[in-house]
Amino acid sequence: MLRIAPWQLAAIGGLCLFALILAIPNLFSRTTVESWPSWAPQSQINLGLDLQGGSHLLLEVDLDTVVQDRLETLVSDIRVALRSARVVYRGLGVRGDAVTFQLGDPADAGTVREVLDELNPRGTPDLIRGGLTFDREYDVAIEGSTVTLRMSEGGLEALASSVLDQSLEVVRRRIDELGTREPVIQRQGEDRILLQVPGERDPQALKRLLGQTARLTFHMVDLSATADEVRAGGGPAGVMLVPSIEETVDGTPETEWVIRRRVEVSGENLVDAQPSFDQNRPVVSFRFDTTGARQFGAITTENVGRLFAIVLDDRVISAPRIQEPITGGSGIITGNFTVESANELALLLRAGALPAPLTVLEERTVGPDLGADSVAAGEIAGIIGVLLVAAFMILYYGIFGVIAVTALTLNLIMIVAALSVLGATLTLPGIAGMVLTLGMAVDANVLIFERIREEAANGRGPIGAIDAGFGGAIRTIIDSNVTTLIAAALLFQFGSGPVKGFAVTLSIGIVASMFTAIVLTRLLVSLWYQRMRPKALPL
Amino acid sequence: MPALRFLKSTPKVPFMAWRRPAAIVSAVLVVMSLALAFTAGLNLGIDFRGGTLMEVRTPEPADLGTLRSELGGLGLGEVALQEFGAPTDVLIRIERQSAEDSNAEALAVEAVKARLIEIYGDEVSFRRTEFVGPKVSGELFTAGLMALGFALVAILVYVWFRFEWQFGVCAVIALFHDVVLTIGLFSLTRLEFNLATIAALLTIVGYSLNDTVVIFDRIRENLRRYKKLPMTELIDRSLNETLARTLVTGVTTLLALVALFIIAGGAIRGFTVAMIWGVIVGTYSSLFVAAPVLLALNLRREDETPTKTAEAGP
Repeated sequence: MLRIAPWQLAAIGGLCLFALILAIPNLFSRTTVESWPSWAPQSQINLGLDLQGGSHLLLEVDLDTVVQDRLETLVSDIRVALRSARVVYRGLGVRGDAVTFQLGDPADAGTVREVLDELNPRGTPDLIRGGLTFDREYDVAIEGSTVTLRMSEGGLEALASSVLDQSLEVVRRRIDELGTREPVIQRQGEDRILLQVPGERDPQALKRLLGQTARLTFHMVDLSATADEVRAGGGPAGVMLVPSIEETVDGTPETEWVIRRRVEVSGENLVDAQPSFDQNRPVVSFRFDTTGARQFGAITTENVGRLFAIVLDDRVISAPRIQEPITGGSGIITGNFTVESANELALLLRAGALPAPLTVLEERTVGPDLGADSVAAGEIAGIIGVLLVAAFMILYYGIFGVIAVTALTLNLIMIVAALSVLGATLTLPGIAGMVLTLGMAVDANVLIFERIREEAANGRGPIGAIDAGFGGAIRTIIDSNVTTLIAAALLFQFGSGPVKGFAVTLSIGIVASMFTAIVLTRLLVSLWYQRMRPKALPL
Repeated sequence: MPALRFLKSTPKVPFMAWRRPAAIVSAVLVVMSLALAFTAGLNLGIDFRGGTLMEVRTPEPADLGTLRSELGGLGLGEVALQEFGAPTDVLIRIERQSAEDSNAEALAVEAVKARLIEIYGDEVSFRRTEFVGPKVSGELFTAGLMALGFALVAILVYVWFRFEWQFGVCAVIALFHDVVLTIGLFSLTRLEFNLATIAALLTIVGYSLNDTVVIFDRIRENLRRYKKLPMTELIDRSLNETLARTLVTGVTTLLALVALFIIAGGAIRGFTVAMIWGVIVGTYSSLFVAAPVLLALNLRREDETPTKTAEAGP
């Protein structure tokens, strides 16, 4: 057992050398490594946001708003359809999560069902499971004279999924328009988005970008009624009251505009928006697509001299007077802009509107200097930890201690290599996990050495003691390490962010320590024995 | 020859003779920890309670008293301040803001930042800002507890599978003991209990179990080797034979942890404190909880149970 075949030596040596090569890029800066020839290893350990600095945001998509919007649209569709089918009804409206109305004559139930079926889309073909993604978008129930429509489970799921996909896309465009920031934008669960932006120092700026849906619409201003009249319930049909975006000192809107409900042109028809200057004031210039340009041209031609309101998320940005027909399909938005806010609005308009508002559920931002401090402290703690453990092991086990420390060093190199190759993210708890594995990694060696001591004390010769020592210890090592791996796996499963990183480092450390203790330590002990041939073990 | 050795030869510590006093000590500590946790509760961090946390570095040593009254006057509810590692580093915790306005937390952060810039000028640096909403904090807490619960069950099953059922039960009792005592320490010291603490608890579970399994392994081996030895002596012998390893591993782990504790303070201080305590308690529980309970559960040799005879090892 103590004889080592040359191929074994080569294999183990090769593996250690391989790990060393893979770990080397971590000693250099990112830019240095990128200049290396392509055959050289280039993966480095990813530093987590808590080590390199950056922002982590967990966002929730407000699906309720989307469902409510859907139901409101359904109500107006039903109104039109029932009228043209000459069905008498009353009390049509949204109640909670359903649309309900009463039939004037319960005998109309059959006609109504047909009418509603027309308005009730079927699902799209499901490419994975076959059949349709869902049967109907709404569940329709007619009991006596009461008709109830509720979104079906499948319809709701499909809606949520498409809203989330759209939101992800818009978030990506808003945060990373130029594609240079390397953000992580992931779907989480049914209605959440995880956003991680490395290097971001100002989470408030991020939140400003994500805090608005940025739905842009153009409406005509109605001057035939005052705001007070409309508030009191008067004024012509089809108008609404919208506050201005400018606020007075105490935070209330400066004015309120009476505008027509009808959307003349909407932001969906925009193809570009850029910040620019008009009469030395920052403005946002925009360009419509063909449809938008035609609509915009028609309105401005018909309404020269009148006011039209530019509305963003239910706030009037400005309401300029139409001086002349604008048929070229481009125009400018004036308003109370700074250079910065004009920039921001242009970006939002280019990225498109979010289908639903986003709420921040969780935010973690770490400044880059704190991250750098943590890395430095972790490195020093690691070095001191290694030195302390090494000193103790050599004092306690002599030459065998030196062997254990060699194994430990290679263990560390292997952890670094594995983390680099896996592209794992090293977090602050991850560094703690690494330092901790150091202390625990020697455990396997301790088990082996203590066992050898025991066997020697029982009167076995050096070879017999070493052999029996390894044999007896391996089973214990596996049993005890598997249990720790179980704990690490559960940590990974249920932990979040940094804790997951800790679980990964801990698991890699355990596996590496089993390899170095069982394979590498044995090799080193055998080599040492073959060279020295001692009569008694110095252990 | 090595310069240092804890134990010249296999020691003869009468662990089993101390099992009654040890049981009383353990029981008292467990009851006290539980009582503390239920009365005084835990100092839950924002991970589990929700709210906002900011780490700020001021250009000159911060006067916490003045800051407290300045920030307390902003109308943000409870604002807790704490020195964090250095006199110029301050940790600010802001109570969870009203649930109605989802933007309230952001506004609170802005207000605190503005006030601090007014006091210290532009040189004040905001090193870290964390906000956890009520929805997420509840989920994180549940997930943490689930991880702990599942870990204990999985370990019970694994140890049961590898040994006899008595070993599994003993291991889990010892782990429960360790976890409860660690929670007790957090309740007593008012150290912040957060996600990293859960990670520490699970690592303690892993470490303590490691220790326990090594001892159980030896007990199982000795059960086969010494067929006539009374159970008390057999367990004593196994504990003594593995004692050197138990101590050496404990010391090396503690050395690494102490380095971490002294240098990498701040954000992972709670984690290292928990781990240091856990290594000590875990070592104690392997020797004085797991093994004696094994005796109490009436563990018998494999060949004394008729159904197991066929499987008895060489």
